Amino acid sequence: MSVLVYTESLKGKFKKNAFEAASYAYKVAQDMGGSVTAVTFNSENDAELGAYGVSKVLKISNDKLGTFNAKAYADALSQAAEAEGAKVIILSSSADTKYLAPILTTKLNAGYVPNVVAAPDSTSPFVVKRTAFSNKGFAHTEITSDVKIIGVSSNAFGVVENNTTASLENFNPSLNDGDFAVQSVEVDRVTGKVTIADADIVVSGGRGLKGPENWGMIEELAEVLGAATACSKPVSDLGWRPHGEHVGQTGKPVASNLYIAIGISGAIQHLAGVSSSKVKVVINNDPEAPFFKAADYGIVGDAFEVVPKLIEKLKEFKAQNA
Amino acid sequence: MKILVCISNVPDTTSKINFTEGDTKFDTNGVQFVINPNDEFGLTRAMWFKEKQGATVHVVTVGGAQTEPTIRKALAIGADEAIRVNAEPTDGFFVAKQLAEVVKSGGYDLVIAGRESIDYNGGMVPGILATLLDMNFVNMCIGLEIDGTNATALREIDGGKEKLTTSLPLVIGGQKGLVEESDLRIPNMRGIMMARKKALNVVEPVDAPQPTNDQKFEKPAAKGPVKLVDAENVGELVNLLHNEAKVI
Ligand SMILES: Cc1cc2nc3c(=O)[nH]c(=O)nc-3n(C[C@H](O)[C@H](O)[C@H](O)COP(=O)(O)OP(=O)(O)OC[C@H]3O[C@@H](n4cnc5c(N)ncnc54)[C@H](O)[C@@H]3O)c2cc1C
Ligand SMILES: Nc1ncnc2c1ncn2[C@@H]1O[C@H](COP(=O)(O)O)[C@@H](O)[C@H]1O
Repeated sequence: MSVLVYTESLKGKFKKNAFEAASYAYKVAQDMGGSVTAVTFNSENDAELGAYGVSKVLKISNDKLGTFNAKAYADALSQAAEAEGAKVIILSSSADTKYLAPILTTKLNAGYVPNVVAAPDSTSPFVVKRTAFSNKGFAHTEITSDVKIIGVSSNAFGVVENNTTASLENFNPSLNDGDFAVQSVEVDRVTGKVTIADADIVVSGGRGLKGPENWGMIEELAEVLGAATACSKPVSDLGWRPHGEHVGQTGKPVASNLYIAIGISGAIQHLAGVSSSKVKVVINNDPEAPFFKAADYGIVGDAFEVVPKLIEKLKEFKAQNA
Repeated sequence: MKILVCISNVPDTTSKINFTEGDTKFDTNGVQFVINPNDEFGLTRAMWFKEKQGATVHVVTVGGAQTEPTIRKALAIGADEAIRVNAEPTDGFFVAKQLAEVVKSGGYDLVIAGRESIDYNGGMVPGILATLLDMNFVNMCIGLEIDGTNATALREIDGGKEKLTTSLPLVIGGQKGLVEESDLRIPNMRGIMMARKKALNVVEPVDAPQPTNDQKFEKPAAKGPVKLVDAENVGELVNLLHNEAKVI
């Protein structure tokens, strides 16, 4: 039996979530007795996947798939799944993957469970643990369909090395015009900046920062840490920062290793979105701010004094550990 | 243009989440239910199409009789008619199948659903619905313009946004950005009065498979107390993050 994994790449390079999804697929294949087949789209270093347990790569090279297209990618993946007779398919939780997942699910008549945070509780019956209620809880969900699709949360299972040798096979899905009925005309992606989805560290600012002109120190702190920047909802509603940075129950979830909240009170809707982050630091001048109850480390103080000092100390630390 | 807005009935965002019956059910005790926030943005955008482009707007929910106050609220905000499919929404595929029947019989050109329900976070109903009906689909939609049968949409991507063109019939999974927060409407007295006279049609569900089921729930483990670092000693935080938490 083969477990199929969609290994996502951008401009030919695998994303970290591709390795995480492959690692998860390897674990499922071991539990069920089988091997992992990856599907790649216009990627350059397919052999890299062997290090994460992939033993076969179905390599798709097609200029028409140069820009992500949910329906066309889902069509290609469903053909790969059928060719392999795959019963379990592993996906990541990126924006693109969450776009194609329900299309793939329907094509394969599969049951789909997103936001999965751990290896399956059991594979027969097939039960997985996922977040629910916007990270305020977990559900153990059974999938009863013949084909099963799992969306793995970022930074939950982790990247696990399992040295395998991946054999390469070209795969040519047959695509039709209907697959391209939704067309991309313009992609506006910030380059050279870490995105919230891929970040190990996220630095986030709230209304306590008073105005957009004060984001310089947030950007600088993020840069020193190699972190992505984020914000609370009112900050994006006020137009101080772009909507794409808003985290929380009605914004983006953050599952980073470190989340630093500056001038954010810690409303329940905000905390829901960051509860999957492993270590949380809060900097707030109000010792009663609810965020202190949800954080691991905290500094009670004025952000305008604390953050510049923190930047300075981190620079010293970097210089010593370089 | 005929628009159908799909509304899921969810616990208010301030709700504390608890489970009952041996952690097999969500405890609705004392919980206030509301229109799913992602659907509220979609409904507001639908009102814009109604007022500016003469669209007809229907709303639908798959749920028991207890969801009626939530769809009445959508009528009070300005939807013309409501449909309730009388079934418990326990699986995304099942819900999408029910909605597909409603879309087929109503002949809608545009279906506006949300990116995800904030309760079970399936994030799958609009995409499954679109695929079942072979309609075009845009997910995480943060902007939508319709001109005749042509549609231009913006969608959020990791680290930015993408502009897409497509055509009706179309299903979107919408979210904040479709309209601004400040455009959201609170029903006024007149809207509430008018809503009482609008049709709320209850239809029975069709048979459909339910490939997933939640067997048990749990709450996140309780957190230990926060470790406070003195504001005069910021270096200690760097030290703790490096040596204790090992995240830098
Ligand atoms: C339906 C709904 C959905 C929502 N969804 C979300 C969501 O997804 N994400 C989200 O973030 N919010 C969400 N909210 C809003 C949420 O309820 C809070 O209003 C919001 O999170 C508060 O943002 P904030 O902490 O930046 O601002 P505030 O609550 O105003 O807090 C500012 C904080 O800054 C501190 N501060 C002030 N000056 C300084 C200083 N000089 N130095 C250090 N600290 C300082 C203050 O002590 C205070 O704690 C939602 C609300 C609703 C009703
Ligand atoms: N029970 C339901 N009734 C009507 N629409 C629903 C229902 N459940 C989900 N939807 C729609 O599908 C979107 C995504 O929901 P989900 O896939 O459950 O996360 C929601 O924002 C709604 O627009």
